[in-house]
Amino acid sequence: MTDPRIAGAGVTQFGKHPERTGRDLFAEAGLEALDQSGVDPDDVEALYYGNFMGELAEHQGHQGPLMAEAIGVDAPATRLEAACASAGAAVREAVKTLRNGEADVVVVGGAERMTNIGTAVATDALAIAADDLFEVRAGMTFPGAYALMARAYFEEYGGSHEDLAHVAVKNHEHALVNEHAQIQKEISVEDALEAPTIAAPLGLYDSCPITDGAAAAVLTTDEYAEEHGLDAPVAISGTGQGGDNLALQDRPHLARTPAADKAAHEAYADAGIEADDVDVAEVHDCFTIAEVLAIESLGLFESGEGIHAATEGTTTRHGEMPVNLSGGLKAKGHPVGATGVAQLATIAWVLDGSHPRADAVPDGTVGVAHNAGGTVASTTVHVLEVKE
Amino acid sequence: MTETPRNGEYDDWLDSIEDGEGYYVECDEGHGWLPPRRVCPDCGSRELHDEPLPDSGEIVTHTTITVATPQFEDDAPYVTAIADFGPVSITGLVRGVDPEDVSMADVVGIEVGERETTGERAVVFRPR
Repeated sequence: MTDPRIAGAGVTQFGKHPERTGRDLFAEAGLEALDQSGVDPDDVEALYYGNFMGELAEHQGHQGPLMAEAIGVDAPATRLEAACASAGAAVREAVKTLRNGEADVVVVGGAERMTNIGTAVATDALAIAADDLFEVRAGMTFPGAYALMARAYFEEYGGSHEDLAHVAVKNHEHALVNEHAQIQKEISVEDALEAPTIAAPLGLYDSCPITDGAAAAVLTTDEYAEEHGLDAPVAISGTGQGGDNLALQDRPHLARTPAADKAAHEAYADAGIEADDVDVAEVHDCFTIAEVLAIESLGLFESGEGIHAATEGTTTRHGEMPVNLSGGLKAKGHPVGATGVAQLATIAWVLDGSHPRADAVPDGTVGVAHNAGGTVASTTVHVLEVKE
Repeated sequence: MTETPRNGEYDDWLDSIEDGEGYYVECDEGHGWLPPRRVCPDCGSRELHDEPLPDSGEIVTHTTITVATPQFEDDAPYVTAIADFGPVSITGLVRGVDPEDVSMADVVGIEVGERETTGERAVVFRPR
């Protein structure tokens, strides 16, 4: 069975680009990935594309074929939607397609355009990932949903807003050298704690920004990479996906993310690794509390311990388990449909040594990417390993 | 202007709360859910029946939302909470108390109120 190789990846500058269309954002990322890969575009047999709110932000549905056309690929294209985990779901479909022998080369990616509709309307559009009848009509927003999870976490395990502030500070610091990052600005714990509240107890610096951007990668079978002499040392060795009740109110636990537990277990078993083997992680920190929940679900920290990881420095670039060297969604930005592939690109670049923060994991060979949709009702986890 | 169609079972459920006859759906294994349900997500049972909703619930988490969507801009700041009614948990707007006075484990009753912004119905919790 092949462990698909990441032959090339492209990521746009994440940020506010209200006048750039999704099709142009994706063209930029996709063409860069193709160029980096050295793969002949005619060899591409499929596109798996993540996008969440294209209908609302751009009045554009059926985006798969549009995006294949945008990158000059004549191949069947499928758009996957799993809210913020759309690109992670796209990666999973791409991996399965290569493994089952249907294809030797595929492009996987995603894009989201959000700032053209403004913050308030974008917040409303994002909220459709929650349960409209029982959550949205009761005032739920995504900051609100994660605030509910944060308060439940503090109630069950302890911790404070200051611990969350350390997550924000860490991720902002990591992003300072990331040319793709939307926010390249150092902040202090005091800055984070004094920022305006959005949904108590979460403030401005607990939240990721509204972002336009795209990401893409070219994946090939082992055999294709070898046959064509590609420089592709990093492989996707494990894939997993988990689900949970959509609405928070329907879950037994508000301070855990079982969908991510399931995705991690599946991905680790698939890769033949354990949590202890992981050297570096990119996780879905749409809000600071989300990173805490993610690193616990990934088995990197025990339940109730993840809250201290940034405060104690463990998850910083100087710590034993660097998390979100890209800056995470928090500082790198979160163009919803692109995030899962941007994480994949980051881990690949860290492991192959080309990422500006690669020095944080000099001997790293195993990375994980955790991409969550909604209030973690959908989650994908992918394991990347150096296979040179 | 065209009238918006009702969301069948959801609006029926709101009607029941307004009438003081709130209910939830329970399967033959005792798992509780809000309607509409044809199958229990936990155990797969299709034997579902209506049961009276307990008169009060306890807040298990809450947040005061200051940055709202356009649908709630005139309501902001407002409190959204999840309250545990025993067999089911429900999400609602906390009314009748200042946001800073809302606490974990507060006991609340359930009713149907209106959003300030749109006038649409919403689940409302009031402290007991």
